Amino acid sequence: MTLLTTTFAAVICTALWYKGAPKSEMKVGVLCWLYWGASLMWLVDAIFEYAELHEKYFTPAPADMLNDFYLGLSVVALGLVIWLIVLLVKDPKGVVKAALFRRKN
Amino acid sequence: MACFLVPAAEAVVTTIAAKVMKSKEVNPETVKVQIDGEGLVEAEKLSFSKKLGWLNKLLWGGSGLLAFEHVWHGEVVPWFPFLTAASNPTDAAEMLQEMSTVGVTMAVLVTAVWAGMLAVSSVIEKKAQKALPAKN
Repeated sequence: MTLLTTTFAAVICTALWYKGAPKSEMKVGVLCWLYWGASLMWLVDAIFEYAELHEKYFTPAPADMLNDFYLGLSVVALGLVIWLIVLLVKDPKGVVKAALFRRKN
Repeated sequence: MACFLVPAAEAVVTTIAAKVMKSKEVNPETVKVQIDGEGLVEAEKLSFSKKLGWLNKLLWGGSGLLAFEHVWHGEVVPWFPFLTAASNPTDAAEMLQEMSTVGVTMAVLVTAVWAGMLAVSSVIEKKAQKALPAKN
């Protein structure tokens, strides 16, 4: 479930990045790198787990599945927080700067 | 247990390598290409250090989020020795075994995907430049 959640997040973010490219005003690319990196690493985790559990890998206990989904959502939330910090620090549209400085008439 | 440490270590190395390469790059190669259906425009080719940046972002992003998963599972703690498995020799041996199998495979897969991205981008760059003489 964690792998699935991050993969969906990565696909959605990549589609959003492509829609906004090449301007990249919202820095969605940051989210793409975060989620794709994590998805690839969890894919390896899943392969090793499959090698150990075989077909049982596809029938997890509901409680485990729920916990994994909860973890996946938390990972997505953490990624969004990191993205927001990068967006506000880099401030590509100059919104933060405009809020801090008021033009003198 | 601590598999994310292997890609994180690779990320440190590639980040340093990208910084060194960037400091040594002089003038970026410029080419004439057609972008967005516009006429011919002079464009700078993406340098290798920037492409290495893709790998850095994949590695840092992935290992960062995986570190969070390890905190979630209680495998990483905010006190010494930070990794719960490092507190006794049996668990430490298991941890090292996992790092050498799962961790190394993670680093290899991410690097392989990046190499694939390099190959695809190289083909796109070559195609864009090849298409020019025929149109002019």
